Amino acid sequence: MQFAFLIYESPEHFASRKKEEVDTYLGAWRAYYKTLVNAGVYIGGNPLEAPETGTTVRLREGKRRVQDGPSADSKEQLGGFMILELPSLDEAIDWAARCPTVAGGAVEVRPVSSDFMRRVVE
Amino acid sequence: MNGADQQDIHRTIERVARESYGRLVAYLSSQTRDVAGAEDALSEALISALTVWPRNGVPNNPEAWLLTTARHALIDFVRHQQVVAASEPTLMLLKEQFTETAMAIQFPDERLKLLFVCAHPAIDPSMHTPLMLQTVLGLDAARIAGAFLISPKTMGQRLVRAKIKIRDGGIRFQIPQEQDLPQRLDAVLEAIYAAFGIGWDDMAGVDHRGRDLAEEAIWLARVLLHLRPDDAEVHGLLALMLHCEARRAARRSPQGQYVPLSEQDTKQWSQPMIEEAERHLADAASQGRPGRFQLEAAIQSVHAERARTGQIDWAAIALFYESLLRISPTIGAQTGYAAAIAEAKSPEAGLAILDAIDADLASGYQPYWAVRAHLLRLSGKMPEALDAYGRAIGLAEDSAVREFLLQKRG
Repeated sequence: MQFAFLIYESPEHFASRKKEEVDTYLGAWRAYYKTLVNAGVYIGGNPLEAPETGTTVRLREGKRRVQDGPSADSKEQLGGFMILELPSLDEAIDWAARCPTVAGGAVEVRPVSSDFMRRVVE
Repeated sequence: MNGADQQDIHRTIERVARESYGRLVAYLSSQTRDVAGAEDALSEALISALTVWPRNGVPNNPEAWLLTTARHALIDFVRHQQVVAASEPTLMLLKEQFTETAMAIQFPDERLKLLFVCAHPAIDPSMHTPLMLQTVLGLDAARIAGAFLISPKTMGQRLVRAKIKIRDGGIRFQIPQEQDLPQRLDAVLEAIYAAFGIGWDDMAGVDHRGRDLAEEAIWLARVLLHLRPDDAEVHGLLALMLHCEARRAARRSPQGQYVPLSEQDTKQWSQPMIEEAERHLADAASQGRPGRFQLEAAIQSVHAERARTGQIDWAAIALFYESLLRISPTIGAQTGYAAAIAEAKSPEAGLAILDAIDADLASGYQPYWAVRAHLLRLSGKMPEALDAYGRAIGLAEDSAVREFLLQKRG
């Protein structure tokens, strides 16, 4: 059985990612990641950029609604995730608009933070 | 060096900064996607210019000098502050730096890309105009905040946030593809026109801050026209703003009272600006692709005709509004249409159009109530007219307009 871990990060932790020195948060992530890999349970995953880099795409009355920022509707709940390789946000918005969920729901598009991932993996 | 030379050099720096700021920020950030970093680096370069140029003289190519100095500043920032946090594109750029031996005298103009980035649909629309004013024109957050009636701190935070979105959100520095281009260009035009509108509404301000913003918007439109010389709507927007700007001196009496357009002294209108507006409108019309800004400019062009004929062709204005309503049925266009029909036909015909406007939309729209009050009075419906005047006066932001309406109400 596979499980998705949905990781909710505090603003302080988001901010500490940009610090030059290795702080306890990054140190803990490195140790945790290594342990997961060694235990043979790690399938994949990635850190994301901060919430304000998000773009939320909805389809209402057949029209595309693109909104700056994360999804804030409390009725819509996280139902899944996908990772796509795309050249830019424009293509990401196009693919999000084709997702069956955007009619009535929403897809939040947020870049994977390869910078932070690089630092965790070392 | 004497004081006069010093002043000369400061003026040169100011001029180069104004003309080159957007080009330099656009070029640097198109490579790194880091607009804030590019702005910081350019600020450093301008500060250096203030000390180096008076000593060594103004360089032959001031723009290239600023670019080189800004690139060095960018390298320093990355080296000393946040090597680990630097984004991949920035690191790439820095690698290129070292292999590049000759200083680039010619560099591509990336301002159009930057304009499209600022008006990207994934950026909060209310930030499109502030971003353009800051990144392309170099206006500081405090001045932009003043024009948008919010605190400098809040504006500063929103600008920082928008730039993080540009840097890390995956927005590409690229001219949109052909099928998206008209819509994306519309957002750029809208943002420029919003800057002009703020400058225009604010002209009553004692510090002339509004006037400056209107001039900056015209400057932005000229930049855009330079980059998209064949776009009819860009010509249309420039024509519209020039027509309005041409009447600036006539908008107030010497005592500072509001003068409605149809009563303005046409001798106070700037004829060269009107002529320039007409040239742009003709250029636009020759392309046979009508649009919102061209139609709005055409309406202003009919008003400008009064300088020559002494008449206003209200039937022509009403026709242009009908076309405009088909493209862009805004409450502003509906209200303008009602006013034109009232003049061309009868006040009652104008009122019928106003009555058809959605009441919720109309309730907070000042021009609607001003036109309604005027037409009700002409139809002899005084009690209702007084009520409408009250709404128009209560919604007015400009004190000169408020005074004018108070007088009309009697």
